[in-house]
Amino acid sequence: MKHLIEPVDLTPQEVDEILDLAEKIIADPPAYSQKCRGKKLATLFYEPSTRTRLSFEAAMLELGGSVLGFSSADSSSAMKGESVADTIRTVQCYADIVAMRHPKEGSAKVASLHASIPVINAGDGGHQHPTQTLTDLLTIRSLKGRLGQFTIGLCGDLTFGRTVHSLIRALMRYEGITFLLISPKELKIPDYIRADMQRKGLAFREAERLEEVIGELDVLYMTRVQRERFFNEEDYVRLRDSYILDGEKMELARQDMIVLHPLPRVNEIATEVDSDPRACYFKQVLYGKYVRMALILKMLGVEA
Amino acid sequence: MNVDSLQKGLVIDHIQAGKSMEIYRFLDLDRLDCSVAIIKNARSGKSGKKDIIKIEDKIDVDLDVLGFIDPNITVNVVEGGRITRKRKLQLPAQVTNVAKCKNPRCITSIEQELPHIFKLSEEGDRRVYRCIYCEQEYNSKK
Repeated sequence: MKHLIEPVDLTPQEVDEILDLAEKIIADPPAYSQKCRGKKLATLFYEPSTRTRLSFEAAMLELGGSVLGFSSADSSSAMKGESVADTIRTVQCYADIVAMRHPKEGSAKVASLHASIPVINAGDGGHQHPTQTLTDLLTIRSLKGRLGQFTIGLCGDLTFGRTVHSLIRALMRYEGITFLLISPKELKIPDYIRADMQRKGLAFREAERLEEVIGELDVLYMTRVQRERFFNEEDYVRLRDSYILDGEKMELARQDMIVLHPLPRVNEIATEVDSDPRACYFKQVLYGKYVRMALILKMLGVEA
Repeated sequence: MNVDSLQKGLVIDHIQAGKSMEIYRFLDLDRLDCSVAIIKNARSGKSGKKDIIKIEDKIDVDLDVLGFIDPNITVNVVEGGRITRKRKLQLPAQVTNVAKCKNPRCITSIEQELPHIFKLSEEGDRRVYRCIYCEQEYNSKK
C-alpha cells in the first residue's frame, strides 16, 4: 500500500508524473470531472485548517468523488480517547483514501502502519506536510520554469515550520539549489534536517537578517511563527515579529523573485506586498487544489 | 561472589561510567537469583573510568540491544574461570520498547499503547537512533 507521509515517499519520477498530471488537469478540468466517481475521500482533521482541508475536499469533488470526515478532534471519538490506529481501522471501512492532519508528530506514520487504504499526511504537528510541498513544487516549476538551478530563501519559523522541512527534503533531490535559511537563532531548522543537508553535501547558509540576503534570492518562502507549537506564550510573543516582509524589503529583491507562503499568514507579509506582481502566494493556493487532484488520482491508481 | 574470579557467567565491560544501573534495570538483573556485581568507576585505560557488571550465570538476553544504550560496551563470556568469548556488540538496526521517545510533540507522548521504536540512521560519520514517528534523535542524557 502506497502512503504519502513525507515527500521522499514519492520517487522523483512519481513527483514529476504528479506535477505533469496537475498541469494537464489545469489545461482541461472537465476531462477529469468524473474520474473518481464512486470513490470517497475521508478528511480526518484533528487540527484546524482552511486551505488544506478545503483543497482536498474541492479536489475530490472536482474529480466527481465524494468526501466525509471531521474538521476538529472535538467532533470525533478522539475526544473519548480513541487512538489514531483505531480511528483509521474504522475509517477504512467507509472510505477509499484518507487525508489526515494531527497536531502530534508522527501521527500520520502511525495511521499508515494500520491502514489498508492510502493515507496522505496533511500535516503532522511541526514535522512534515508533503502535499504543501507538492503545491510548492508545482508553483515553482510553473512560475520559474524549472526545478533546480536557483537560490531559495526559507524565512521565519524553521523549527516548527513543517512545510519548510518537507520542502527542503523534496528539493534536496534537484540539482544546483542553494538554500538560505533565514531565522532567529531560536527557530533554526531541526537537527535531523540539517543532518540530511550535510550528508547530501547541499549548498546552504544560515542568516538572521532577511535584508542582507533577499537580493540573492530567486524564490523567497515566508513562514508564520507557529503559535500552536510553543509551550510558552512569552517565547511566541518575543519571536513572532522577527521577520516582516514589506514594500521596503521588496525593493531590495530581484525583479524576477517570487514570494511564496504556505498560508495562513499573520503579519509576516504586509498586505501592501499583495499587489506586487512578485507576490505569488494566492496563485500557490490554486495550484494546491490541482496538485491534490493529481495526487488523489495517482494514489487511487485511477487511469488518467 | 568473588568479583575478580568469576567461574562461569558474563562480564559486561567498558560501560560508560555511570550507566551501569541503567543496564542493570534494562536487563532486569534484580530478578536473577545468582550473584551480580556492579563495579562503578573502575579505572580504564581508554576512557579514564568505566562501569562493569559481572553476572555469575549465563543469562539469555539480546545483548545487541545493549549496543543501543552504549555502543562501546563489550561482553565477555566466562567459562571455567576463563574468558572463552569476547563479543563486540553490533548496533541493532531497530530497537523496540527499549527506550522512550522524549519529544513532547511526538505522537507517542499521547498514545500510551504505541511501541517506542528507534531506527539506526547513518549520518556521515555519525550513527544515531531516531524515533520512527517524529525522527527525533535518541539521547539518553536529555
